[in-house]
Amino acid sequence: MKIVVCIKQVPDTKGGVKFNPDGTLDRAAMMTIMNPDDKAGLEAALRLKDQYGAEVTVITMGLPKAEDVLREAMAMGADKGILVTDRVLGGADTWATSQTLAGAIRNLEYDLIITGRQAIDGDTAQVGPQISEHLGIPVISYAQKIEIDGDSVIVERQYDDRYHVLKAKMPCLITALAELNAPRYMTPGGIFDACDAEITVWGRANLVDVEDSNLGLKGSPTQIAKASDKVRKGQGEKINKDVTESVDYIVDKLKVRHVI
Amino acid sequence: MDFTLSKKHEMARTLFREFAEKEVKPLAIEVDETEEFPRVTVEKMAKAGFMGIPIPKEYGGQGCDILTYAMCVEELSKVCGTTGVIVSAHTSLCCDPILTFGTEEQKQKYLPDLAAGRKIGAFGLTEPGAGTDAQGQQTKAVLDGEEWVLNGSKIFITNGKEADVYVIFAITGMVEKRGRMTKEISAFIVEKGTPGFTFGTKEKKMGIRGSSTYELIFTDCRIPKANLLGQQGKGFNIAMHTLDGGRIGIAAQALGIGEGALERTIAYVKERKQFGKAIGSFQNTQFQLADMATKAQAAQFMVYKAATTKDQYTKDHKTSYSVEAAMAKLYAAEMAMEVTTKAVQLHGGYGYTREYEVERMMRDAKITEIYEGTSEVQRMVISANLLK
Repeated sequence: MKIVVCIKQVPDTKGGVKFNPDGTLDRAAMMTIMNPDDKAGLEAALRLKDQYGAEVTVITMGLPKAEDVLREAMAMGADKGILVTDRVLGGADTWATSQTLAGAIRNLEYDLIITGRQAIDGDTAQVGPQISEHLGIPVISYAQKIEIDGDSVIVERQYDDRYHVLKAKMPCLITALAELNAPRYMTPGGIFDACDAEITVWGRANLVDVEDSNLGLKGSPTQIAKASDKVRKGQGEKINKDVTESVDYIVDKLKVRHVI
Repeated sequence: MDFTLSKKHEMARTLFREFAEKEVKPLAIEVDETEEFPRVTVEKMAKAGFMGIPIPKEYGGQGCDILTYAMCVEELSKVCGTTGVIVSAHTSLCCDPILTFGTEEQKQKYLPDLAAGRKIGAFGLTEPGAGTDAQGQQTKAVLDGEEWVLNGSKIFITNGKEADVYVIFAITGMVEKRGRMTKEISAFIVEKGTPGFTFGTKEKKMGIRGSSTYELIFTDCRIPKANLLGQQGKGFNIAMHTLDGGRIGIAAQALGIGEGALERTIAYVKERKQFGKAIGSFQNTQFQLADMATKAQAAQFMVYKAATTKDQYTKDHKTSYSVEAAMAKLYAAEMAMEVTTKAVQLHGGYGYTREYEVERMMRDAKITEIYEGTSEVQRMVISANLLK
């Protein structure tokens, strides 16, 4: 079985969010981590590898320094890493990103593609499903459990109050939730091997069946006007009343503010 | 000369730090209070490969270097000195002598389980009458047919009851040396569960209270002849060589304890207010912190130097790292004691309570000046090299 896992290097919000003067994220100035949903997706792939045997390829699109996140994935147990980087790919929104990744993945053989549900810097949850559309394969999103059954996958898709069990023939794409599992640690030996390993670097020329008009900033229908740090909420108000009085109190407050 | 860490070592540090923060730090107070060996943490460390860092891959290890191993002990010890010494004693005192002096059969038999953390290792040299004076030991091993028969006891054994594989030293005869009869010492591999091998009392210690420190008792304990480690009569050399390596592990433990106390103190003096100001704004605090940080940095350079010198030995089997290891342990241990004592002082009354962890760190630091060669022994090693 061949599994491709799409991962993204995202800012580590624990280190503080920093902005450029134009309001966009200053990625170079921030600490970075592997996007948590993607890490769960990678762990899911590695567990399938442990259980059934598989070759796991991790792929990322980003600046040259995104190579670090590939090495981290390989130190956890991924077999190969592919970095898609090119100036013409910069400023991509979800559409241009999914076009790029699909164009890269067309070079690869795969039974399963796993992406994270969404990245903590954009929170769109669009790239995974878009890749599946571009490649013309089924997608099962919000996976909380993944099993292999012959040439199919059986996935529990999470909802707020229930889950669906879906079966799809491979090849297909699954988007993973951070809650799917507790990702393993890198191993010291894995780190040494990953640092010695070759990372495949692809640029625009390596993308298959993608129009220039669908790439980078120019190919992005969405433009970010401004990004800002999270505004801290106040302490809130604690009340100590019985249930009926509490409900009345809250309803009154909401009415005054014209929420209801 | 390059003082920057390689990408590999930076990544390894990130791994060790993340593991220590998530898996070890939350349990450190409990481990100290209950004096219970952190078995679950050891299982997690085994899974992450921490129990076989410098063991070659052919024997199931991680195939990394001593510097990486030292950084692991350092980061673990920043949050829990007990956890640091478990890895150190297992790796330096049991895995290393088997790797260095073992036959191919012994390596194949013991190292894969030890490197994977399925089994834990320990080392037995110290006896009631033989501490710094290793020649003073009484434990005897007599060859009887195809078996060695061990009689005697070992004390203060780290990983004592929790270990599965023990490197044990015993007298195998008397030999004439420079006109005097001296004890011939040999090393052996002894497995837990061997008839005649039992445990005595558990030590109640000042610090590293979660590490399992026991007396080992051998009463007509018969082990296979093939469990002699290295050549008969070369036990003293094996012990000294092993302790040279062990000192790097303990130096790394001391380094971590000192750094951990410094980190906590920096955070505390920013928060703690007296006379309307954070105590970090007072010059006395600033000067104390400056001294603590400078000594911790110096200790780190010395520990890393000793580790990379041992790495050179691994490559050429010639480079001596004995003096580097002694200097690193001497300096790091004394730094740890000084820095943790200052950390408690800067924390004031709170620092004396068990809620603030610098108190535990001060207790943990003390042993690093004593075990695997006291600071006085390190000074003997260093000066003997100067005056040879």
